[in-house]
Amino acid sequence: MLSTLLGQFSVIGAAAGGPVIESSGWLMENVWIIPFIPAVAFALIIMLGKKLPKGGAEIGMASILAVFVLSVLTGTQWMSARDKSVPETGNEEAAALVVDVGDAGDVVGDVDASVDPVDDAGLEGEADGVAAPEDGLLVGTGGGTGGTETAQAADAVSGGVVSTSEFETAADADGEGGGGQFLPVVRDWTWWDVGGLDIRVGTMVDGLTVMMLVTVGLVSALVHLFSLEYVKGDSRFTHYYAFLSLFTAAMLLYVVSSSLMQMLVAWELVGLCSFVLIGHWWEDKNNTDASMKAFLTNRVGDIGLLVGVTILIVTLGTSDVLEINRLALSGGASHLVLLVASVCLMAAVASKSGQFPLHTWLPDAMAGPTPVSALIHAATMVVAGVFLIGRLYPVFWEGLSIGTSSFNLMAVMGAFTTIMAGLLAFVQRDVKKVLAYSTVSQLGYMVMALGVGAWGAGMFHLFTHAFFKACLFLGAGALSHACHHSFDMKAEMGGLRKKMPLTFWTFIFGTGALAGVPPLAGFWSKDEILAGAWAGQENGYPIIFVMGCVTAFLTAAYMTRVIYLVFFGEYRGHDTPHDPPFVMAFPLMVLSGLALFAGFFNLPNTSIFEGLPSNIQERFLHYVEPTYFEAFPLVDHSGFIPWIAVLSIFLGIAGIGLTAMYYRKCIALGVTELPDGPTSRNKLAAAGYTFLENKYYLDHLYTGIIAGGTKGVIARATNWFNSNVLDGIVNGVGKTAVKGGDWTYKNIDQGVVDGAVKGSGALSSGMGQVLRHIQTGKVQQYGALLFAGVTVLAAVFIVVV
Amino acid sequence: MLLNQFLLLAAVLFCIGVYGVIARRNAVMVLMSVELILNAVNINLVAFGRLHDVVFGHVFALFVIAVAAAEVGVGLALVIMIYRNKSSVDLDQVDLMRG
Repeated sequence: MLSTLLGQFSVIGAAAGGPVIESSGWLMENVWIIPFIPAVAFALIIMLGKKLPKGGAEIGMASILAVFVLSVLTGTQWMSARDKSVPETGNEEAAALVVDVGDAGDVVGDVDASVDPVDDAGLEGEADGVAAPEDGLLVGTGGGTGGTETAQAADAVSGGVVSTSEFETAADADGEGGGGQFLPVVRDWTWWDVGGLDIRVGTMVDGLTVMMLVTVGLVSALVHLFSLEYVKGDSRFTHYYAFLSLFTAAMLLYVVSSSLMQMLVAWELVGLCSFVLIGHWWEDKNNTDASMKAFLTNRVGDIGLLVGVTILIVTLGTSDVLEINRLALSGGASHLVLLVASVCLMAAVASKSGQFPLHTWLPDAMAGPTPVSALIHAATMVVAGVFLIGRLYPVFWEGLSIGTSSFNLMAVMGAFTTIMAGLLAFVQRDVKKVLAYSTVSQLGYMVMALGVGAWGAGMFHLFTHAFFKACLFLGAGALSHACHHSFDMKAEMGGLRKKMPLTFWTFIFGTGALAGVPPLAGFWSKDEILAGAWAGQENGYPIIFVMGCVTAFLTAAYMTRVIYLVFFGEYRGHDTPHDPPFVMAFPLMVLSGLALFAGFFNLPNTSIFEGLPSNIQERFLHYVEPTYFEAFPLVDHSGFIPWIAVLSIFLGIAGIGLTAMYYRKCIALGVTELPDGPTSRNKLAAAGYTFLENKYYLDHLYTGIIAGGTKGVIARATNWFNSNVLDGIVNGVGKTAVKGGDWTYKNIDQGVVDGAVKGSGALSSGMGQVLRHIQTGKVQQYGALLFAGVTVLAAVFIVVV
Repeated sequence: MLLNQFLLLAAVLFCIGVYGVIARRNAVMVLMSVELILNAVNINLVAFGRLHDVVFGHVFALFVIAVAAAEVGVGLALVIMIYRNKSSVDLDQVDLMRG
C-alpha cells in the first residue's frame, strides 16, 4: 500500500506537477494554491469588479468554490495518507513495507531517499520507544512493528526548488496497542537569513491544517453566497467582496503556515481585514468607532504575539513551527523562557479570540454586516487565537505545565471568560450581541479545553462551533433582513415562528447544538471538554470542570431566552416578515445540517456504541490529532465518562426548562420581561443586572480610566513639554534669527556690502573725474605718456636688475 | 666689432623718431618719425645678429621692414581720410577721443 502511494508520486513527478489532484499528496505539497486563489481574486475584484455585471461577486464566488473543493480534496488526501500510514498487521508486513519503499525509490529514480535531520531523529527516537497514548488513539492499529520510514525530496515534483516533503510512517516498537507516527507535509523556503537566523516561509499540512482549511472554506463559501442577497445594492458591494476574498486568503495563509513569522504576517492581515469589514458602513460613526476599537484592542494582543514570537525564534534559533515544538518538548529552552513566551502568546490569544480581559471588541464588532460577523467574528478569524494555541501546543504545554498542574493561566482565562460572557449574554436586547457574547463564551470553552490538556476536544469544539455559530449568525442576518434591518429582539421581533418557519427551524438546530442538546454537534464536543477537564491529565481540573458545567447551564438558558423573545409571543414589529430567498436559505440549511451531524465525526469510543463499526468512532481525533510525539505532547485522553454526559444533558435541559418557564409567564402576560421579575423585587439582582448591563464596567475601565487617565496625564505632560520646551526652542530660535537678521542688515548688509558697492561706484566715478583730464584725445600726448612710462619702467628695470 | 657705434646710431635715430612722433604736428611727419624708430630697431637687430653671427636678426629686420611698409600704407590711408574730412593734417585738431 505504501508502494502504491509512492507509485502515485512518481507518476506525478513525471507529469511535472500536472493537475493530477486526485492522487494523494500533490495538493498537500502545493497547498499554497489554496490561499493564493482568493488572494488573486482580491486583486481582480479590486481592479475589475466594478465593471462586471455582478460587481465582482462572481469572481469571489468562483474563487471560494475552488478553495472549498481544493480544501476538501486536500482533506481527503490527508485522510487517505493518514490511513495508509498505520500498518494494519504485524512485523512481517512492516518489514515488507520497508522493502517496498526501497523498490519504489529505485523505480522513481529521482526521488531522493535522503533523510534530513528531522527524519533521523524521528526514526531513532522511535526506536527508543516513545510511549504510546493509552487508549485507542489509533483505531485499527495492530501490534507493534518496526519503524518504516520514507522520505522523499519533492524535487521530482517541483523541479529544483529548495523543498522537502516527507511522508514518514513509523510504528511504535513497544507495540502497546499501536501509536503510529505520521509527520506533517512540510514544504518551505528561506525567506531571509540574517545573523545566522534562518527565517523560513512555507506550508505545512497536517490534520489541524486540513480541518481548518475545510472549515474556513465551507463557512466562507456559504457566507459569500448569503452575502449575495444580504448586501445586494450596497454602495460598496465590490469592496465588500474584495475584502471577503482577502480575508479568506489571509486566514488560509495563516492555517497553512509552517513558520511563525509567516503566521504573524497572516495574523496581522486577518486583523486588517476585520477592521475594514467591521467599518464597512463607515458613514455611521458607531461603526468606525467599533472597527477602531477592534483594531486597537487587537494591537494590544499583537504586541504580545510579536514579543512571544521573537522570544521563541531567538531562543530556539528557528522560525519553523515543527522545530520549535520539538525543541520545546525536548528541553531546548528553559521552562522560564517557555513560560514567558506562552504568557505573551496568551495575550495575543486573548485579543484575537476575545478572552478576558481583551474581549470587549468582539461584541462591538457586530457593527459590521451580519455575514461578516458570521464569518469573521464567530466561525473563523476569532478562532485564530485558539488555532495558535493548538499549533504551538508543546510551548504552552511545557510553559504552563498543563500536563502536571491542575490550575494554569490558560484554563483559568478560558473558564473565567466563558462564565463571564455567558452572564453578559442574558442582558442583551440585540440578538447579534447575544450571539457575540455567546461566541466569546464558546471561545473561552475552547481555550479552557486546551488549558486542561483536552487538545482534541478543544479543536473538535472549534470545528462544530464554527458551523452552528455561523448558522445562528446567518439566522440572525435573515431575521434582520426580514425585520427592517433591526436586531432588537424586544422591539422588533417576537412571534416569528409562524412567519419565518425555515429560519425558525435552522435557528432551533443551531441553538440546540450550542446548548448541548444530544445528539446535536455541540453536545459531543462540550461533553468531551468537560470529561477532559474532570479526568484529562494527571490531576484533573476540578475547579475548571465546575465552571464549565455552570457555563453549559448558562448557555442553554440564554439561548432559550433568545428563542422565546424572537420566535414566540406576539410580533412586536410593524411589517410582514417572511423567510429569506433561496440564496440566503441555502447556507442556513447546510449549516443547520452540519449543526445536526458534525458531532458524529467524533463519536466517543465507548461501550455504548459497541454495535457500531469501530472505525467510525473518534474519526476526528484520529485524523486531526498529531501523532509525531517529538513535536506534540503525550496528551492523556479522558475517554467517555457516562455520568458527565448525563450531567451535561441534565444541565442543558435544566437551563432550557427554567428559562422556558419564566418566559411562558411573560408570553401569557404579553410582555418581554415580567413586571415583578427578580430585578424589580430584589436589590441584589437589580444591582447585578446593572452591573451586567454595563458589561462589568470594563469599557468604562478601558476608555474612562485607563485610556482617559493615561490620556490626560500624557496630554498634560505633552502640552507642558510642548509649550515650554518645544515652543521655547522654536521661539528662541526665531528670536535669535530675527536679532541676527537685524544685526546683519544693519552692519553687514548696510555697512559692508552696500559700503563696498557704493564705495566702488564712488571710487570709479571719482577716478573717472580725475582721469578724464588726462584723456585729451591728442594722440601725441598719449604717445608722450607712453614713452615716459616706458622710460620710467626701463629706469626701474635698470636700477633693480 | 664696433657694436657701440651701431647702438649709438640706433639710439640717436630712435630719439629723433620719438621727438618727431611727439612734437610734429603734421601727420605725415609723425608717420615718417615712426619709420625712423622702426629703422633704429632694425639697426639694433642686424647689429646683434652680426655680433652673434646668426641670421635671425636679419630675418627679423626684414619682417619689420615688411610690416612697416604695410603700416605706412594703412597710416597714409588714414591721413588721407583725415585730410578729406578736415582739409588739414594737423594732429592737434584731431581730438575726437577726448574724454
